[in-house]
Amino acid sequence: MDLTTDDHSHHISDQFNKELEHVKNHLLEMGGFVERQVGDAIKCLIEADSELAVDVRANDTKINQMEIDIDEECTRIIARRQPAASDLRLVIAVSKATSDLERIGDESAKIAKLAMKLCEDGEAPRGYVEIRHIGDRVRKMTQEALTAFARLDVVTALEVAQEDKNVDREYETAMRELITFMMEDPRSIKRVMNIIWSLRALERIGDHARNIAESVIYLVKGKDVRHVSIAELERQVNED
Amino acid sequence: MNDSTERKGHSIDMSNMGREVRHLDISNETAALTVKDLRLSYGDKQALHGIDMMIPKKRVTAFIGPSGCGKSTLLRCFNRMNDLVDGCSIHGQILLDTENIYEKSVDVAELRRRVGMVFQKPNPFPKSIYENVAYGLRIQGIKKKRQLDETVEWALKSAALWTEVKDRLHESALGMSGGQQQRLVIARTIAVKPEVLLLDEPASALDPISTLKIEELIHELKNEFTIAIVTHNMQQAARVSDYTAFMYMGDMVEFGDTDQLFTNPTKKQTEDYITGRYG
Repeated sequence: MDLTTDDHSHHISDQFNKELEHVKNHLLEMGGFVERQVGDAIKCLIEADSELAVDVRANDTKINQMEIDIDEECTRIIARRQPAASDLRLVIAVSKATSDLERIGDESAKIAKLAMKLCEDGEAPRGYVEIRHIGDRVRKMTQEALTAFARLDVVTALEVAQEDKNVDREYETAMRELITFMMEDPRSIKRVMNIIWSLRALERIGDHARNIAESVIYLVKGKDVRHVSIAELERQVNED
Repeated sequence: MNDSTERKGHSIDMSNMGREVRHLDISNETAALTVKDLRLSYGDKQALHGIDMMIPKKRVTAFIGPSGCGKSTLLRCFNRMNDLVDGCSIHGQILLDTENIYEKSVDVAELRRRVGMVFQKPNPFPKSIYENVAYGLRIQGIKKKRQLDETVEWALKSAALWTEVKDRLHESALGMSGGQQQRLVIARTIAVKPEVLLLDEPASALDPISTLKIEELIHELKNEFTIAIVTHNMQQAARVSDYTAFMYMGDMVEFGDTDQLFTNPTKKQTEDYITGRYG
């Protein structure tokens, strides 16, 4: 039995409706904030904007606090309401998605820190094409994963999971190019390593976005689709 | 290229971690009771509309549903308690092992020994603790004191009551607390070694600690007996049962693995009931 968006607002207890509604809204709020952090982190890399990088790093503490607050809300709902079925899945999915968002926040802060280092070195950009490309993709993935959560949309969630595979592939291609570049010019190793770490952080953001998408599928379908192949994921989503 | 997640497989088998059985499958169970197209009416009012199900052996099956859905009625059919109700007519079959309990040839007293029942309100006899448990055995014609002593001790131990009452076996059962009385009634029921134990709201008149003791007892007893329990408390059903049946207006809406039913029910009616929504 699939879930629809208004399913969480038909409880006999109106207070319970509100609690579930709130926790979901708080998650989406946090998601919006994290999504902006990802965009800003990419921007400060590409535009060598170290002032923005300072902001991004400072904002990370806000995200950490959001995670703690949302988790507390989830714990309270479990303790006081003993949710079952789709309500239980909503609370679990929110709690999991929150920790993925927090990790995305950490990766963004990491990118900002690397951007600051690259600004200090200040040389001709190399590998920025890859960063722009993969960065755009993972930012969009984060956005789509949250949209899927808001709309309980498994089709979008599935697309996010599929996109993660493409990002992994691009990441490996970029890695090969940058390694070749370092072999040709060993003096660039220090700088290129910073770019590699940035790419790695972006690739991790993609993984976390995929995790959120998997939480959406769990929430809607009641199926645990972690650690399965894309083909299996597609099969489970389309099966009924 | 392979999907990267496929390459990240765990080398340790974690499939059995923390659970005796991960997912129960009704098709792998042997039936203690099989219900076939059971229809029951009180006068003109039909209370059960063609129930088909099985109660698996040595498992706990819980029945949940709103008041008047027929769950207690169904439970009472399992040892023919409805025979005592005026104007009650029953069609269909209930097989205990392979025998239809509604055959004319069935000895109802013997049936109720094999399928024992415990009610919401503890109903000990106004006799001593010992005599309460020995009662059914005496009716069966057991007279040897040693045999009676042994069985009484076994039953009280099985009902997790022995250590509390062993020094006052010959005092009146009415002096016990409600929770102790309920466990005494369970001891009395299992003393005659039934195959199936029917529990109709066994803990709803008890305080939370006594309730937990009864629930713990249910968990112990399923090693030896098949248990069917009716409860209004959904968390209790979720805690004690292996299988759960959700009934509504005299129909069996959903019946399956308790884990599945409480995390991802297949029917909307079930979902609405267990999550407290208006359907």
